[in-house]
Amino acid sequence: MNNFQYSRATDIADAIRLLTADPGAKLIAGGTNLIDLMKENVERPSRLIDISRLPLRDIEETAGGGLRIGALVPNSDLAYHPLVEQRYPLLAAAILAGASAQLRNMASVGGNLMQRTRCAYFYDTATPCNKREPGSGCSAIDGLNRNHAILGTSASCIATNPSDMSVALVALGALVHIAGPSGQRAIALIDFHRLPEDKPHVDTNLGTGEIIAAVELPKHGFARNYSYLKIRDRLSYAFALVSVAAALELDGNAISEARLALGGVAHKPWRSLEAEAALRGRAATPDHFSRAADLLLQGATSRAHNRFKIELARRAIVRTLIQAAGATPQSQAHKKIA
Amino acid sequence: MNAYVGTPTSRIDGRAKVTGAAKYAGEFSADGLLYGFVVEATIPRGRIARIDAGDALQVKGVVDVLTHAHRPPLADNDDAWKDEVAPEKGSPFRPLYDDRIRFNGQPIALVVADDWETAKFAATRVRVEYDREAFATDLESEHGKAGKLDRPHKPRGDAAAALAGAAVRHQADYVLPTEHHNPMELYATTVVRDGSGRLTVHDKTQGVQNVHKFLCSVFNKKPDDLRVVSPYVGGAFGSGLRPQYQVVLAVLAALELKRSVRVVLTRQQMYGLGYRPMTIERVALGARPDGTLDAVTHEATAVTSRYEDFSRNDTGWAEQLYKSPNSLFSHKLVDLDLSTPCDMRAPGAASGVCALECAMDELAVALKLDPIELRLKCYSDRDQSEDLPYTSKQLRECYARGAEAFGWTRRNPAPRSMRDGKELVGWGMATGVWEALQMPVAVRIVLTSNGHAEVSCAASDIGTGTYTIVAQVAADALGLPIENIDVKLADSTLPQAPVEGGSWMAASSAHAVLGAAEDIRLELARLAKAVPASPLGGVDAPDVILVDGTIAKAGDKARAVSIADAMRHGKLERIEKQKLNHFAEDKSHARNTHSAVFAEVKVDEELGVIRVTRVVSAVAAGRILNTKTGRSQIMGGVVWGIGMALHEETVMDHRFGRIMNANIAEYHIPVNADVHDIDVIFVDEPDDRINRLGVKGLGEIGIVGVPAAIANAVYHATGKRIRRFPITLDKLLD
Repeated sequence: MNNFQYSRATDIADAIRLLTADPGAKLIAGGTNLIDLMKENVERPSRLIDISRLPLRDIEETAGGGLRIGALVPNSDLAYHPLVEQRYPLLAAAILAGASAQLRNMASVGGNLMQRTRCAYFYDTATPCNKREPGSGCSAIDGLNRNHAILGTSASCIATNPSDMSVALVALGALVHIAGPSGQRAIALIDFHRLPEDKPHVDTNLGTGEIIAAVELPKHGFARNYSYLKIRDRLSYAFALVSVAAALELDGNAISEARLALGGVAHKPWRSLEAEAALRGRAATPDHFSRAADLLLQGATSRAHNRFKIELARRAIVRTLIQAAGATPQSQAHKKIA
Repeated sequence: MNAYVGTPTSRIDGRAKVTGAAKYAGEFSADGLLYGFVVEATIPRGRIARIDAGDALQVKGVVDVLTHAHRPPLADNDDAWKDEVAPEKGSPFRPLYDDRIRFNGQPIALVVADDWETAKFAATRVRVEYDREAFATDLESEHGKAGKLDRPHKPRGDAAAALAGAAVRHQADYVLPTEHHNPMELYATTVVRDGSGRLTVHDKTQGVQNVHKFLCSVFNKKPDDLRVVSPYVGGAFGSGLRPQYQVVLAVLAALELKRSVRVVLTRQQMYGLGYRPMTIERVALGARPDGTLDAVTHEATAVTSRYEDFSRNDTGWAEQLYKSPNSLFSHKLVDLDLSTPCDMRAPGAASGVCALECAMDELAVALKLDPIELRLKCYSDRDQSEDLPYTSKQLRECYARGAEAFGWTRRNPAPRSMRDGKELVGWGMATGVWEALQMPVAVRIVLTSNGHAEVSCAASDIGTGTYTIVAQVAADALGLPIENIDVKLADSTLPQAPVEGGSWMAASSAHAVLGAAEDIRLELARLAKAVPASPLGGVDAPDVILVDGTIAKAGDKARAVSIADAMRHGKLERIEKQKLNHFAEDKSHARNTHSAVFAEVKVDEELGVIRVTRVVSAVAAGRILNTKTGRSQIMGGVVWGIGMALHEETVMDHRFGRIMNANIAEYHIPVNADVHDIDVIFVDEPDDRINRLGVKGLGEIGIVGVPAAIANAVYHATGKRIRRFPITLDKLLD
């Protein structure tokens, strides 16, 4: 671990000022990912700006009937918040599918959005990695890539985004509220994370000096017909090989609205409006789910070791949609797949 | 008698462990303690062209940076570096000895600073340049370069011909990956130096006297110059049998700097220690239509380092277990640019029996026989390799009791025939086998007149429950409540013990306790009879027992003298007896433990997600000293077996010769969600030949057979035979 300076931000403006003044600085909230990366010498911030005491811990209803979630709300508080449990159970399920109770207690909502890939080469400073060291090459493309991306990859990076929470948030159409040197802005979460293209070292579209203030959920929470299914190499405490967030609005057996997002398959949570459109107005049947899966996975490519993820994702999408349509969501406590 | 032995006695060290009072090697402290942090090589093979510690030494708080070019003297011959369990053939690794890089993760410098964080930071400032050399780390690509080992396997008959002529044949390769122990406690050594320069070495090890002797020879020290202690060990599973490099580095720094020094490895660095070697197990079985075996061949090809030949008994189990007139076994090693493998729970058997028992399952399918029936057809009451009877072998009973508890008769033999909703249900079974070894161990008992006894021995308790069983045996033998027994272990100055491993410590230490307690009994009998008007007058020594804090006549407890009275009258405050156990040389019988393992898996038919919903392990291991810690031992083995079957694999990128999952987030072991019902059955196995108590030991047997039982259950559920472990869901999707 490298030595670093430590500053405690007094308010959001102070955090932005500190961040702008020191290009090597990093924000720290729960630290569940950043500290690990610092111990591995992957992250070597010149300064840590502690934002954990900023007043960004509220969960409040918006005028439009949605929910505004402060960036520092711990993941577990969010998952167990009564309004989230009642109105956005898909989000609660996705959060509880991730990490461990201890990590969820520490990790913040903003930090969860900022967590970095778990690609083994990214973590190992003795190997080339374009994300860690731009221009050094990608070791995964021709190396160990069993758990790497099948969608949206580039010639310089095939890493995945490891978040579960983001997958549900993207499916729910969340907005990210950002504060920066030139004021406040909001962008759709689907546009927050980037694809690797030729700049895999840039994970998000957050600009210099900008910080996440809140995440906003729209009114519609799909509380009846939803499911989050995470497939992994052991039954808990592992990153997703594939995860699926599905949410449906049903009129009888007809789908009036559909949301579908994938985790563990790309550099960002993967959503396809085309796949969702293909479900709208159709009957909730496995055939239609299968068609949606094909559309969502359109363009999927594999490397030496991750070909199975395409078929696994296809089957997982269908299963998750069946769970959602039947109002039998996947339990995160009981690991038998519903 | 027998108030404690055989009962579910709670750990006497349990409270100290859960309250944090138990101190581990990295928790001892000293005035002016310095902290060492290891710098590792990042290439698998070559030489250190230049190592520049200049920047590191500039960091405030850094005291020194030790390297091969800057260190106190180390022994220059292999004999000095060979510890008690070093492989016979080879040249043991010497940390910071020279400029040669033998494996990725090799320690090449130790940064010593006033605190750990400073040392860790400064370690990033040590600059290293290498002369790289071509290397190889992949067993499968180097398979052709395997060299055959001399093994005392006795081929029987003509296995090749018998196999060729067999009515039913099965042959396959089973691939077991490299695995790392990952004990919870990190490898650590704290060397405390006193004013006279004497060193107390608090080390994480399975054998303090092994480390003591090793350090004396490596550093050319007299036995009194240093003492090695290790009262508590947070798991080791074989990785602590040999002295690990951190103990050398900590002592090196303490000698160079004349200070107390602590070195703690990181989890990642522990992947540079020993490991269960990747092994390709080729098993061929030939049978007659009735299911009796005609031929067994088992050829293992395993990884070792280029500097030592490590191998364990992978293939001998088939040789011993099943009746077959023709058999052939061989073991090959491939030298690679890796650190030397080491023992890991049931070394050899965990892998070799996994392959054998999967192959037996495949043969049963080919023969259309029930897997238990096949094993009973080949059952042998004699050790087949030596043609010897066993001191005891209740494996038949293990099959019966295990099958009954599991409900095996309700199994539909057809694959994919049993289901539970969307899940396919599979039932599989396997046999387990291990040795029942006994080693020389000495124990000292000091009995004081207040009826308390201190029992001491250099043996380690690596979490297995040695403290508790020693106290149980001593309490029974001395007729005292267990609360009056104080056990001292794992100090090199205590009576002799070998490393704790191989499942031999329970039987060995228990008998040393019995020996010392017997001498105390004789002494007390003498004293009690000398008491004026002794109620034991005229009672012969053999008829005197120790019970309820008294010395009494067997069968007539009313005729008794209290220990306090006897010792007061004899003017003794304490009685001290030390005894080395003695096991008569007996080559007339084979000594083994056995098990029958039954597993149920449920596999999501579409997604391949596997859940091990039930395991029944029926174990025959002689008399169980402590049914509570014993059950825990077996459960731990079963959990590990689940990991071996489904999760564990050290993944290496052979382009870099580097382990790419060197942490416990990515190196998967079972978590709670992966572990369901585990039923442990101890089958009654009286054994009055093996030793006085009929004890065999339980350390290894719990894991053996479990991976095969699960793999066989996965086949039964899915119809897919996965021979490359671990069985991850992608292998079921194809």
